[in-house]
Amino acid sequence: MMQKLRSWEGLLAFALLLIILYNTAFVPQYFTVSNQINLFHLSIEKIIVALVMTFIIINAAIDLSVGSIMGLAACAFGFLFQSGMPAGLAIPIVMVIGGLAGALNGYFIAHVGLPSLVVTLATLIGYRGLARVLVEDRSITDFPDWFDALGQLGLIGPIPFAFFAFIFLFLVLFVVLHKSAFGRKTYAIGINHDVAHFAGIDTAAHTMKLFVASGLVAAFAGLLYAARVGAVRGDVALGFELDIITLVLLGGVSIFGGSGTLVGTLMAVLIVLNLRNGMALMNITGHIQTGVIGVLLIGSVVVARLRLPAFLAPKAIQGRTQ
Amino acid sequence: MGRLFSRLSPQALRVLGLLLVLSAVVLFFSTQIPNYLNGRLFNRISSSVAILAIIATGQALVILTRNIDLSIGSVVGFTAFATGSLISNHPDMAPVLLVLCAMVMGAAFGAINGVLVAYVKIPAIIVTLATLALFRSFLVEFSNAKSITSSELPQWLVTFPNTVLLRFGQFQLRAGFVVAVIVVIIVHIALTRLRPARKFYAVGSNPEAARMAGINVKATVFAAFVIAGALAGLAGFMYLARFGNITVVAGLGFELKSVAASVLGGVNIFGGSGTVLGALVGAVLVDLLDTSLVRWDLVSEFSREAVLGALILLSVTADAVLMRRLLNIRMARDKKRAQDASTTEGPEP
Repeated sequence: MMQKLRSWEGLLAFALLLIILYNTAFVPQYFTVSNQINLFHLSIEKIIVALVMTFIIINAAIDLSVGSIMGLAACAFGFLFQSGMPAGLAIPIVMVIGGLAGALNGYFIAHVGLPSLVVTLATLIGYRGLARVLVEDRSITDFPDWFDALGQLGLIGPIPFAFFAFIFLFLVLFVVLHKSAFGRKTYAIGINHDVAHFAGIDTAAHTMKLFVASGLVAAFAGLLYAARVGAVRGDVALGFELDIITLVLLGGVSIFGGSGTLVGTLMAVLIVLNLRNGMALMNITGHIQTGVIGVLLIGSVVVARLRLPAFLAPKAIQGRTQ
Repeated sequence: MGRLFSRLSPQALRVLGLLLVLSAVVLFFSTQIPNYLNGRLFNRISSSVAILAIIATGQALVILTRNIDLSIGSVVGFTAFATGSLISNHPDMAPVLLVLCAMVMGAAFGAINGVLVAYVKIPAIIVTLATLALFRSFLVEFSNAKSITSSELPQWLVTFPNTVLLRFGQFQLRAGFVVAVIVVIIVHIALTRLRPARKFYAVGSNPEAARMAGINVKATVFAAFVIAGALAGLAGFMYLARFGNITVVAGLGFELKSVAASVLGGVNIFGGSGTVLGALVGAVLVDLLDTSLVRWDLVSEFSREAVLGALILLSVTADAVLMRRLLNIRMARDKKRAQDASTTEGPEP
């Protein structure tokens, strides 16, 4: 028990508690049901993608192209819908596009052997370009009512569909990462790619699967964005990749791979959302909020060093701490 | 051909290949766009590439040491705004002093990154991801929701980047481009000829070996970030001079463009190899495609990002495949030589 409390997740939980207490005490309109839902709703796409990004970074890779895949998915949906395809048919096609986009990333990383940073930097630019080719400088709106309603209205009571999707995805991915062989392989590859390969893990196939999953989930998040906003433009989700990666790193996932947990990511999500929400209610602008999150990100790494010298220890030890 | 192929350094090969691609692109578009290949193309590209070339030079230095600087766009934005408000408040300020101010400001930002990366030992991608947001928030706070307009700026500043220094017929050598080329050449000469600058390569190739060889690894990484910051400050000044109107989004996206230019130019993302000349050619290619695709009737102008992304992917793939092959050729040759040397009496089967 003590061990759990002293872990990184314990520290994050403590920070979260402080923020919530502060917000409740000093920020008017914070502790209301509508604000609590709003807080999730406004960033729901980012936090969904952050869950899969946790896997990617634990695997010692990075996916910078998720924001562009979200944009591509939303724009492809708008394009198909505008050219007369029913929305119900366009959705699976868009998911396939997302999967293919992820598979292309995965192919160059796993089979050609290029660094993921470079590949996804190129596709960050390229997929955004495809999105812009599809919708050019138009804005596509007038989606069917059920589609908009799915993104904007509550599914059960005031809680929207996207929130349930997030919870569902979190539970499934938690089991996959922490209770399955697939999850153990992810850690093993992240700790030492070559050793994992010699131990008989098909590292290329594993990396491929992760990037396809990342593409699929990003496409899903792009659709959620289109539904929530009710309109699609070429710059949908522009720059989201940096926010998403910040969430994951703040959650204690090592950028070198091999360590971190989904609970940590969840904690970081809650911290960032509550912090941003409190600041927004106190009329602090978005750029300043992002700056504060930036300080938090650096601070989190520094604090981790100060508190736990073991954090500097070989990665194999970190990998086992869950 | 094979001999030439193996005699040239991989870096030189890389730049040569890129120059070939560059000429192929120019030739291709000259068949597609009427009145394409003329002096105006050179003037246009050279004046727009100047800013990116300076940023990419700094980025290349940082990447050489196995790091990355994602905050560089925010530094450009901040220095552009800060120098703009400085000159509009003190219109009589000496130009040299203004440039110096911009570079010192940029270097200070670079020093923040450098301390955190080199001495506090936080991975560069985390540090600069955070300072990307942080420096931008400084700009928002500093600007107080105002923007700089070119009417506030003195005349010399606005006309500076387009001042024609030399003219060959239609070809104009403009001041902005000349500044960029001078920066690239100075850094290139330093990197290839001067002992202190060679440390960047040593640290990037193998930090442990560099440390054992007596190189101060921390100071070298710190210096790379400070220089990149100072160059970003210079680029901020150029940005102000070129565009005149500066808002809080100035310089947004330069971080990725500069990484793209460096990587296209053959700077190894894992550090230790690459040249700033390559980064310059990479920046020119990025800019050339940007400008040309807009004028190409066959595809929509919106396709330029898609093409650029595909090109980066293609170039790094070709790079990886060719390098592997080149290494194999050289290894086979060395092995054969070693065999020949050891078995001088009997012929090999």
